[in-house]
Amino acid sequence: MCQECGCSKPGPYTIDGKPVKASTHTHALPDGTVISHAHGRDPGHDHHHDHSHPHQILDLNTGILGGNDRVAERNRDAFEALNLLTLNVVSSPGAGKTTLLTRTLNELKGRLRCAVIVGDLATDNDAARLRTTGAPVVQIATGTLCHLEAGMVAEAMKELDLRALDALIIENVGNLVCPASFDLGEALRVVLHSVTEGEDKPLKYPPMFHSADVVIVTKTDMTAAAGFDRELALKNIRQAAPRAKVFELSSRSGDGVQAWCDYLIAQKAAAKTSH
Amino acid sequence: MHEFSIMQSTLETATQQARAAEATQIHRLKVRVGKLSGVVPEALRFAFTALKTGSLADGAEFEIEEVPAVCWCANCAAEFEATRLNYECPRCHQLSGDLRRGLELELTALEIS
Repeated sequence: MCQECGCSKPGPYTIDGKPVKASTHTHALPDGTVISHAHGRDPGHDHHHDHSHPHQILDLNTGILGGNDRVAERNRDAFEALNLLTLNVVSSPGAGKTTLLTRTLNELKGRLRCAVIVGDLATDNDAARLRTTGAPVVQIATGTLCHLEAGMVAEAMKELDLRALDALIIENVGNLVCPASFDLGEALRVVLHSVTEGEDKPLKYPPMFHSADVVIVTKTDMTAAAGFDRELALKNIRQAAPRAKVFELSSRSGDGVQAWCDYLIAQKAAAKTSH
Repeated sequence: MHEFSIMQSTLETATQQARAAEATQIHRLKVRVGKLSGVVPEALRFAFTALKTGSLADGAEFEIEEVPAVCWCANCAAEFEATRLNYECPRCHQLSGDLRRGLELELTALEIS
């Protein structure tokens, strides 16, 4: 992966079978600046050997996402040292992450000081909606990347006065697949499942649901219109995410939102006493 | 989806390790992929084929060891495989939240010269 920008453009590649020395591409930084840069590739091994080499086995057993995991642990240490409750909020696109967070931020005003880091491929529409609550919001435009990585969060954290906060909410890119593999250093992973998505999402996306600390069924005001089978969905959630705490709510009507907000305040209080 | 970037970092690590051992070629690259790692083996294989060209692993064989999801049932004091990702213990039918294996995503070994 590109070390400069975190983008997922392949480094070494070929055109008509010929290796390309370096590729240049252009993309926008979070602040809107457009930059071009090259991805170098390894010089390779271009001389011939007329002697033979014995084969050797290297046992490595090293984590492939070791780089991300190390940064995630560093983030986690920082969050714990600051006594900051950190959430990683994930769902498929359109499940209601931004609407829930906007409502949550409004409800928590005066009770929990929150900030949001929001990731999207493009546009700052979500950030603009979240800013209407008055909470500090940092936008990460991932460009082509379908998930947030720990390093992006570490960068975005620099834009916030973390000491003045109780909770940091990270709204991930709308995607139920890739963000499952990338730890951001959060204390709680929150997976949203809207009633309009049917009942079998938890069974279709097992890694994401299995990693959930909290599952929130959203848009419950639309249960009847969507023909949503609540019992079946709850059974599927329990099966795919046995250790998750489950909430059901409607960000629009407000039903169930209070229980969710009380839970966050209790989690924050519990974190405080454990330090 | 993200298998390309994962394969890319795998090849970077493999290249570094091979160079450190003064190798000029990677003949075999072995990875371990858990059922719950979020990585699809076929997609990883495709990414390897696309990305290996021009690297030390250009002529390498790519081996994937798939690790099943294995849970611990405290009730039965025994492990069980969560087949089809059902975390219910087949003996006592209690749900287990204690996953022991299945999240692996590792570069296990390289054969180099």
